[in-house]
Amino acid sequence: MAATKEAKEAKEAKATGETLVVNPIDCTGHGVCAELLPELIHVDEWGYPIVDPRPVPPELVREARRAVAACPALALKLMRR
Amino acid sequence: MSGTTAFWYASRATGIVALLLLTAVLVLGILVNRQGRLPGLPRFAVTSLHRNISLLAVAFVAVHVLTAVLDTYVSIPLVSAVVPFDSGYERLWLGLGAISFDLMLAMIITSLIRGRLNRILWRAIHLLAYLCWPVAFAHSIGSSKDLQHGWLLYLAVGCAVVVVAATGWRLAQVARQVPRAARVAAIFAKHSATNSTAPETQQTGNKRTGRPRETV
Amino acid sequence: MTTTVNEPAARQTAAAALPRLLPAAPEDLRAHLARYGPTPYRGQAGLLIGDLEASGLTGRGGAGFPVYRKLAIVAQARGRKVVVANGAESEPASRKDEVLLRAAPNLVLDGLQLAAEATGATEAHLYTHHGATPEILRALAERAAAGLDPVTVTITQAPPRFLAGQESALVNRLGGGPARPTFQPPRVTEHGLHGAPTLVQNVETLAHIALIARYGPRWFRAVGTSAEPGSMLTTVYQPDGKCRVIETEIGAPLNTLLTSAPQAQAWLVGGYHGTWLPLPQAAALTLDNGTLRKYGAAVGAGVLAALPSDRCGLAEAARVVRYLAAESAGQCGPCLNGLPRIAAALAELAGPRPRRPVRADVERWAGLVEGRGACHHPDGTVRFVRSALTVFAPELSRHEKGQCSSTNRTPFLPLPHTTLQNGIPTSEDDWT
Repeated sequence: MAATKEAKEAKEAKATGETLVVNPIDCTGHGVCAELLPELIHVDEWGYPIVDPRPVPPELVREARRAVAACPALALKLMRR
Repeated sequence: MSGTTAFWYASRATGIVALLLLTAVLVLGILVNRQGRLPGLPRFAVTSLHRNISLLAVAFVAVHVLTAVLDTYVSIPLVSAVVPFDSGYERLWLGLGAISFDLMLAMIITSLIRGRLNRILWRAIHLLAYLCWPVAFAHSIGSSKDLQHGWLLYLAVGCAVVVVAATGWRLAQVARQVPRAARVAAIFAKHSATNSTAPETQQTGNKRTGRPRETV
Repeated sequence: MTTTVNEPAARQTAAAALPRLLPAAPEDLRAHLARYGPTPYRGQAGLLIGDLEASGLTGRGGAGFPVYRKLAIVAQARGRKVVVANGAESEPASRKDEVLLRAAPNLVLDGLQLAAEATGATEAHLYTHHGATPEILRALAERAAAGLDPVTVTITQAPPRFLAGQESALVNRLGGGPARPTFQPPRVTEHGLHGAPTLVQNVETLAHIALIARYGPRWFRAVGTSAEPGSMLTTVYQPDGKCRVIETEIGAPLNTLLTSAPQAQAWLVGGYHGTWLPLPQAAALTLDNGTLRKYGAAVGAGVLAALPSDRCGLAEAARVVRYLAAESAGQCGPCLNGLPRIAAALAELAGPRPRRPVRADVERWAGLVEGRGACHHPDGTVRFVRSALTVFAPELSRHEKGQCSSTNRTPFLPLPHTTLQNGIPTSEDDWT
């Protein structure tokens, strides 16, 4: 049961095919992204985001877009792989 | 010139509120840039408040303009809201208002399409905030007898003091911060071979160095 | 794939052996043409790329990317295109590009023109740390007089920074800015110098292209392995401290290039972003990625060093990592914050009785910086650090007890002489 559910989710995630990517040069460690999307982004000991490299699950895509829009440095991007 | 119609009152009132909101927006913008926080609020609150209050401010300015146009005591054409020095009434002061409104529109529109815009261009236009606010302030004082005496004058002056203080603080922070090319050297200076605890975090943006964080 | 060069068969078989790139003495244009004949232009864009694909040539600048693919991407792009000969090897321990440019500049310049023809580029650059040296200027003047170069070559000097030779840093420098990397995508092959698709190739790679264009892919594959054909230049440091640039075939046993135990205690393969290998376990390895990848190592730009047994491996590693940390562009938070901390920690581990948490701190920081920069500087540094701590683990145990097995404190691995204070860049000028 668990195996088929995971397989289904993975297939859906692949279908969206979008991943969160942070431009580390533009990023200045505001930390807004991690507050808005703690499921996929958390902050290292220096305040910079560690972003989950896997495709964004479909149920989080809207939150991911909000986080991208909220970044004051426009460093967070949603990219199609 | 003081009329007694509802529109005229509404215009004066929304104008005052707009000035307060614009003052708040500018201060919040400085906070966003400096990664400052509002006590008790998460970081995204600062950015959200900055953006939302700026939209609210524009809405108030729009009502301020419309009610002034609709008021029949003086004749102000609608187009003079964006075309400066076009109205016969108080040509100079309203002209300044139009200029600041134009700048506001430029800042809002470029921010809404920020993802598609060249980063440097966006920043250059956004920095026009420091022109927009004084021009709006001059418009407020010059075109409204309300603000020229009494507690409204104190309010207006208070806003000016806040803006000057916040801007001064931002400039001071910028002057104190480590220039980009010297950042690596600065962080080296804080980490000698004999000391690897209690380091300060070096920020990559135009921020002051972060609060000391302890290694785990 | 037949070659279009009218060479006598004897010359072809003679050239199959080594050395291929380095003549016994530096050659001027006359000697170059006498040895190799004229530059074999194909007369049409794209034709050389098939030969390069068949040859299996990979980039010799360290990344090892298939050359034909890079050229194909740029060739297929529309509009103005740029080719760059990257001679800024930047790695302090590497001398091969400098030696090649002095000994056989015409091979490199041939390759640059051939790459320009194959990609349809109309702009060519040569980027080196020494800039417009007399040898390069003379070579270009001789070629101009002979009408050999359809595309004019502009020379730009690279600043003495470790990252100066990185692809996007190079493009920034050529564009007039500082030699700092930018975030990719887009890659420079799509959006490079002033927005034009830009082909950046190491000078050694271009020299190989010049030879493949003359002698063909089968000749190129006569040495090396089938998966990784051809020859490469290596910069080799033996325990006696002597440095030599040697051309070797890929897949050569490392113990034909480097002394093993007991004179050497460990090998460094791939330079300062490379990997330490323990001796005598690594003694049987060969110089090819197929073998080395199994040990977490890669050929890279061919820097090989045999650390003498009388040195302290941790002290050597700490010196190098301090240099690497100082050379961070400082643009990305993790690299800017992590590398100096790692360097300081390594310095402590290289000394007597390091504190207990330091080893774990290094591992934590290594995990935090890896893959989180705009370029691979933190990744390469982490590879160097982790392999050092693995290979020199017995030495670390001794340090924890207050002992050190080294009897010689003289630094071994080369680092650049610098006039910078503390060896750390502090101004924009240091990057331009």
